[in-house]
Amino acid sequence: MIVKYAYYPGCSLEKTQRGYDESVREVFAALDQELVEIDDWNCCGATVYMSVKETVALAVSARNLALAEKMGLTIMAPCSSCFTVLSKTNRIMNSIPEMHRDVNEALAEGGLSYGGKTNVRHPLDVLMNDVGIETILEKQKRNLNGLKIAPYYGCQIVRPDKTFDDRENPVLMDRLFQHCGGEVVYYPVKVRCCGGMLMTTFEDTALKLNKELLGCAQENGADVIVTTCPLCHFNLEAYQDKINDVYGTKFNIPILYFTQLLGIVLGISGEKLGLDAAFIPMGKKVQALTEAHYV
Amino acid sequence: MKRHTNHLPGVMTKTEADLHQTFLHQVELMPGGERISRCIQCGTCTGSCPVSYAMDISPRQLIALFRAGEMEQIMRSRTIWICASCYSCTTRCPSGIKITDMIYALKRTAIDKKMESVAPQVVTLAQLYTENLMSYGRLHEGTLIRKYYMKTNKRKFKDLIPLGRKMWKTKRLEPFPKRIKDQKSLARIILKAQEIEMRHMKEKREYAPEYVGYRGLGEFALEARKGE
Repeated sequence: MIVKYAYYPGCSLEKTQRGYDESVREVFAALDQELVEIDDWNCCGATVYMSVKETVALAVSARNLALAEKMGLTIMAPCSSCFTVLSKTNRIMNSIPEMHRDVNEALAEGGLSYGGKTNVRHPLDVLMNDVGIETILEKQKRNLNGLKIAPYYGCQIVRPDKTFDDRENPVLMDRLFQHCGGEVVYYPVKVRCCGGMLMTTFEDTALKLNKELLGCAQENGADVIVTTCPLCHFNLEAYQDKINDVYGTKFNIPILYFTQLLGIVLGISGEKLGLDAAFIPMGKKVQALTEAHYV
Repeated sequence: MKRHTNHLPGVMTKTEADLHQTFLHQVELMPGGERISRCIQCGTCTGSCPVSYAMDISPRQLIALFRAGEMEQIMRSRTIWICASCYSCTTRCPSGIKITDMIYALKRTAIDKKMESVAPQVVTLAQLYTENLMSYGRLHEGTLIRKYYMKTNKRKFKDLIPLGRKMWKTKRLEPFPKRIKDQKSLARIILKAQEIEMRHMKEKREYAPEYVGYRGLGEFALEARKGE
């Protein structure tokens, strides 16, 4: 059955994290799910905005909820920050009538209004709970051959409120890749913070946080770290050199989006999944997988 | 711990009472904000925080200081700016206090009262973000980062050139910002929301130095409702 979603890529997926955008589109197409990009969506405001002006932050993100409501579709937001901000706005709209009224007053200036009916979901949730592992396994073309995976969920898809997975020990991504023949390594820091925007404002602190995340993956023998969030991905990937310089470590761990790894399993080519956008070479094991014959 | 004020304990100065009221107002706007009064000072928040080691006042101490009316000390702490909003504390708090949202409220209070001097870069980043959104409707990371380093640390910008080059090579760098089609209507929405925000700011209480801690939390909500 083809299910339609209002796709909300978010700013970082447009260009800087094109690998995530490309792989989400490919994977959803391969699994017969239709993504209709919300026309003229705007930035969700992210965490930064919420800390300055609350009403403004809510109105900015509610514009997207209103646009999706017009389409009559559920929002699919791959970026953790977008996912959290849109969900949080939604919750506030549905629980505090005063805020809802204020936000609608602002939205009216743009000829919009939001009734509170849009659902916001994350692709990991949709893939595991709606599409289901059985369907994914039916379409499986390659086996992960014991690839050692550190599943990194980051903060904002599981917190603050309970969403679709456990807040302290989420397991959906673990299950997904175990079913596809991967080996999930012990990774107790799977929901520990990468520092997010601290990489810009308090760099030393953020470098230390990321050093711990990379160190834990290396100690436990991971071949790759798999992520669900563009900011975590960027911090872990783009700052590995710098962490090596500062701490004298020798990290060289490829970072993949979970949709990229799933795309490989579904037999999609590395190029279509945006693997060519990676800063850190994928390494022999992943390379071999992308070139492997179908099972 | 250094005291920034030298008044009697349990009585707030005018500045502190003002900060206290602005903060309480923010707290009241939060769903579940009143739970701040349930804090048992267990320290689970501090223990769960991945950046508490880099803070001058721990999250638990923030609440203790708020209870004691030491609002200025809170405002001048590094703590509220270094929170990366990972929500670990909020998830684990046995009293259900929304600590991350509380820190957001403290940030907003500090910005309103122009007390952001401890970490001006955080405020600069937030302001540039707002600017970016006002002009384009979507975040253009290149513009944001360039302007941020130009304002805060010009030398540092050079360090980013190798990263920029890598991004260009992998086709991940968008050289120019693009505007959304209906930017004008988004800008109108933002302006209106700012106007509403200002309106809320004006609904303030009178100076009440004895309203230390949680006192006044429920009372203000009642007053606000009466006004409607």
